[in-house]
Amino acid sequence: MSRIEGSGGGRRHVLQVKFVPDEEVLKHIADDTGIKVRKDKPQPSINLKRFVKKLENISDDEAQEILEEKNYVATLGICAQDPMGNGTSVSGGEVYSFQTPKRSSKMAELASELAHTPEQSVAPDYSKGPEKTAKTPQSSIVFLLLTHVFSLQSKKKEFVSTTPYRLRKRLAAPDSYLESESEYSASCSEDEDEEDQQEVSTVLSGQKTPAKTKATATPRNSLAKKNKDEKMSNLVEDYFEAHSSSKVLTSDRTLQKLRKRRLNQETLRDLLKKAPLAYAAEIKELNQQHESLFSKWMLQLHLGFNVVLYGLGSKRDLLEKFRVSLLQDSVHLVVNGYFPSITVRSILNSITEEVLDHIGTFRSPLDQLEFITKRFKEDSSLELYVLIHNLDSQMLRGERSQQILAQLSSLPSIYFIASIDHINAPLMWDQAKLSLYNWLWYETTTFSPYVEETSYENSLLVQQSGSLALSSLTHVLRSLTPNARGIFRLLAQYQLEKKDNPSYPGLSFQDFYQQCREAFLVNSDLTLRAQLTEFRDHKLIRTKRGADGVEYLLIPVDDSTLTSFLENQDEDV
Amino acid sequence: GCFVFKPSAKKRKLSQTTAHGFGIRNDDSEDIELRFDTCQSLWNQIKSETEKVQEDLNKQLLDNLVSFLSRSHSEVQEKTTDWTCRMKFREIPTAALVLGVNVTDHDLTFRSLSDFLQNNITPYIALLEAKDCPGIKNLMQKLMGQLMNCYVDVDSLEDEDYVQVSQNRIRCSMSSLIKWYESVTKKTDSETPSKKRTSSSTHWQSPPVVVIFKDMESFTTKVLQDFIVISSQHIHELPLVLIFGIATSPMIIHRLLPHSVSSLLCIELFQSLSCKDHLSTIIDKLLLTTQFPFKLGEKVLQVLINIFLYHDFSVQNFIKGFQLCIVEHFYSQPLSVLCCQLVDLQKRVNSLSHDQCENIRRLPSFRRYVEEQESGKQVALLTTDNFLKEETQKLLEDLHVYHENYVSVLRCLHVFTSSLPKYPLGKQIRELHCACLENQVWETEEYKSSLQLARMLNKSDLVTMLQQCVEILLSSSGKEFDKTVEKLKKFMTQFQNLEEAFQEQDVSVSSQKELQKKTDLYHLQKTLLEMKESRRSKKLTKFEMLRFEVVDYIDSLVRKYLVPADHRTLHEILYFNTAAVLRGHLNAAPRTALHTALNNPYWYLKNQALKGDEGSISNKAPDICIAYKLHLECGRLINLVDWLEAFSTVVMAGEEPNADTASSDQMDDIIHARFIRAVSELELLGFIKPSKQKTDHVARLTWGGC
Repeated sequence: MSRIEGSGGGRRHVLQVKFVPDEEVLKHIADDTGIKVRKDKPQPSINLKRFVKKLENISDDEAQEILEEKNYVATLGICAQDPMGNGTSVSGGEVYSFQTPKRSSKMAELASELAHTPEQSVAPDYSKGPEKTAKTPQSSIVFLLLTHVFSLQSKKKEFVSTTPYRLRKRLAAPDSYLESESEYSASCSEDEDEEDQQEVSTVLSGQKTPAKTKATATPRNSLAKKNKDEKMSNLVEDYFEAHSSSKVLTSDRTLQKLRKRRLNQETLRDLLKKAPLAYAAEIKELNQQHESLFSKWMLQLHLGFNVVLYGLGSKRDLLEKFRVSLLQDSVHLVVNGYFPSITVRSILNSITEEVLDHIGTFRSPLDQLEFITKRFKEDSSLELYVLIHNLDSQMLRGERSQQILAQLSSLPSIYFIASIDHINAPLMWDQAKLSLYNWLWYETTTFSPYVEETSYENSLLVQQSGSLALSSLTHVLRSLTPNARGIFRLLAQYQLEKKDNPSYPGLSFQDFYQQCREAFLVNSDLTLRAQLTEFRDHKLIRTKRGADGVEYLLIPVDDSTLTSFLENQDEDV
Repeated sequence: GCFVFKPSAKKRKLSQTTAHGFGIRNDDSEDIELRFDTCQSLWNQIKSETEKVQEDLNKQLLDNLVSFLSRSHSEVQEKTTDWTCRMKFREIPTAALVLGVNVTDHDLTFRSLSDFLQNNITPYIALLEAKDCPGIKNLMQKLMGQLMNCYVDVDSLEDEDYVQVSQNRIRCSMSSLIKWYESVTKKTDSETPSKKRTSSSTHWQSPPVVVIFKDMESFTTKVLQDFIVISSQHIHELPLVLIFGIATSPMIIHRLLPHSVSSLLCIELFQSLSCKDHLSTIIDKLLLTTQFPFKLGEKVLQVLINIFLYHDFSVQNFIKGFQLCIVEHFYSQPLSVLCCQLVDLQKRVNSLSHDQCENIRRLPSFRRYVEEQESGKQVALLTTDNFLKEETQKLLEDLHVYHENYVSVLRCLHVFTSSLPKYPLGKQIRELHCACLENQVWETEEYKSSLQLARMLNKSDLVTMLQQCVEILLSSSGKEFDKTVEKLKKFMTQFQNLEEAFQEQDVSVSSQKELQKKTDLYHLQKTLLEMKESRRSKKLTKFEMLRFEVVDYIDSLVRKYLVPADHRTLHEILYFNTAAVLRGHLNAAPRTALHTALNNPYWYLKNQALKGDEGSISNKAPDICIAYKLHLECGRLINLVDWLEAFSTVVMAGEEPNADTASSDQMDDIIHARFIRAVSELELLGFIKPSKQKTDHVARLTWGGC
């Protein structure tokens, strides 16, 4: 049943495509690739007359909904003319919509498309990229003015992007599709009747109280709500469609097959230094705009607010500049939240030990917090500025850490100024924490690269230098007997041989024993076991029981390190 | 990761005034000190006002609680041997305090509550929060810690080390608590009254121990049950009283506690004022008053009310928003120096500098005003500073008077609209206030319909409303209302006269009836029909005429006094109306900002190369934008190789074609590096994360389509 409803929603959107008097859309439908044309084929088979009627309802609902949204937006006072506006004019649905399934080659297509776009052309090339224009929502500022058209377009867009997947499904099972088609039309008429009735009742109640928009709003709301419900169920379905298939539709290429070597942290940094920073002038201008706010921040900090910065780009330099220009004469604490080993404890420690000069330990962070609170309350001349880069980092985002920080920030003579980057960062805070923090939000989009913040991250593409692991390996190995070294070497070599097998479980104990015996390294499995225990204690190997109960041995070091280790060993010998 | 920076001792300055915050701002260094001082004093006034309001609102609740506590206590005191009473002793007196969903405001209530109790009833108060008490052990620890600390506070310092030691060593159990209680009460008894009574004269002989559970819902059931069962065993030794802070409904007690446990409690329910009422009072006291020169514009007020209604129901946050408005206004508007009490106005106007005069001339409302004047005056206003100052003062005084009248008439109008069926103009006065500030209220449909409804009011309602209006107008300080009051009173007497007239008429009708008493049915019907006919054709009765007159008069008042503030000259000085700033700071949308930056970098980087249709992205865009755009095209998993290839295709098209192979190789490396940077930045932002599902793949974390 739900399936039918879903396709109903889809059809409805098709209709809207026809309704929108937008040349681009028409063009898109007309001169699209084969897939798209085929997609449109089922459409004529539907009774158009019925849909015209339906369309009225829909557009009515929509207008209402849009009107409501507009009112809300307007009352919240979004001003489009705000020059440094934080882009709030983007509708929420655009940011938070569900993912729609995509074809695997889509990215390449887009890339080539983008690449082909002439550099100087400012206006987008519609004829070349019909798909693209269909996909792109209208300007966000225009949104307020042309809400209606926009929403229709975006709806249509939604449909277009779902199509390929649906199509695939339909082609796979044409029979079931036809069935659902006929069922659909039945349910559709029912649906329509119901909506018509509601519409009538709306009109009636509207007449009864002509002057009361509030009164009429109630039935209308229910109608709108119904429409929304339908939309919702559609979205839900989309979500499960996107997630139902465990099959991943991506190519199987891996980085290793690429000719290019992996970069390590240092070469990466050097290379990036060579690449010029794009739009340096504009970024500088942005930064200057933000810097003009420094004194305002200072004022607001003193008035009991705390400042939080958000927006794309590293805010580290900005905060640093703030620190240098305004905080030179006062006690302040800089916390690098992105640092992988930072804890709340270390923050509290540095306050108690270095700011308050307290010697001694505390049983729990809560005790420590209590102590700090007491000290700051007693001594009103104490003041502390706390600058936190990346308050939302992995280590600080926990509930307890945030609770403690929030309580700290609520002290009147502790001034917090922090930055957040993660898209879900605001979810860290509930109502209680928010009121403790008492944030003032500032949008500081800087577009500067996150150099420091990402340098600690175990980035996917950056080769782990592995120098630490390598040296520890050699050190431990040096202290062992030659036989033990041989055993380890054997294991390492075997593992390197199998490195192309992604599901390599490790070397089973029995096989390993066999090999060692052949190499005259051990004479009984007891000796081997003793040796392996020693390895395990030094964390040189890891054992794992397979599904069949067999013990597998694995060296938990990546292949490149292992290779260089073996090379070193060869040199030593 | 933490670095403390301490300036050398002599460089450190003591906490300075923050006036420099106003000062560093670029050009207009006008009257900074004065502006800052005005701002501060205004805020302090408002703060004390709100605190007073809160106290008043809580007073009822606190009084009730105190009487409850003293009652429960006295029952324990009476050492009756009555069996029923002894049964009752097993029950712990409990106050369930229903506080509403605005949890953030509760702290304040509890603080005032504990202060109040401390002063009036008992020094032994423990405030417990769920997050401190994951187990019964922690709860006892916390409880004893708080009780014994407060004991130290009450007592002199000599015992401090004793308590300190004991607190660490003592096994936290009920018996030790009882022992402590006995020792404390005994000590107070034995001690000479002269020393002790000064501090705790108001306390009873053996004061109750009050334990407050701030957020009852968040406690684990087990902890609560254990605590209640244990303490009920000792209730005769330790006069314990519990107070539960409840955010939802009193039903939660029975849901959390089984019957066997809740039967040990003797629960009394207390209801605090709802947050909406609280807000109305605050708005009444802060905005609809002539006490403060600073006022909120319509949009700003809407934003604040919307945040309250749609987000948190927190009055505290509302007040904070109000504070922010004040700060913003005084910070950004150089002319806000004139936003002061009328008594200071003349001095301040006279000391305005030339630049400030220019600022006045630049105000849009002032320009409008100038255009309406005749040419001679126009020239004078635009060229002579002194004349301008005189005029400014006059205009500002007008503005103050306008506000005074506005408030009174608004209240009168509210008296009428709040009693109409279905409330076309809103039930609360704040809605009416917003409507009046927004635009000319008499132009709106709602106003017209409410006038129509008002024309149907009955007489007694009308008279009481008129009475109320008269009272409002009399209490207002505006001088213009003498006439109005007179007029309204005249209306009232007219209504009174009508009544008498009616009575006479009634008499006549009844006498008429008397005459026709003996008619038959047919005649009666006929006469009735005639009467009906005559009534329909008849013109309005006197009462109806009068009612119309009253409504029209009210309408004329509205048209005269309820002009929206931004139609008034110089309203920029007193009214704060930059809602966008306020919303940006209080109700920000970080994700939307990121979205905009990634999708449409031209919004921020005003470079022509970036300009283009929104959504499509040129190959000149910053790396992270390109990478983001490309990743939107993928499903759940993204192949890094494909991504890299696509990225380099896009980027290479943007670069100059380079024939040299050696340098192109290097270019490749650089592009690779740039790609790595973009990807790790996206990871930091939370759009992707590494995935183990397939080699060299990352998982998408967002569901946003393109």
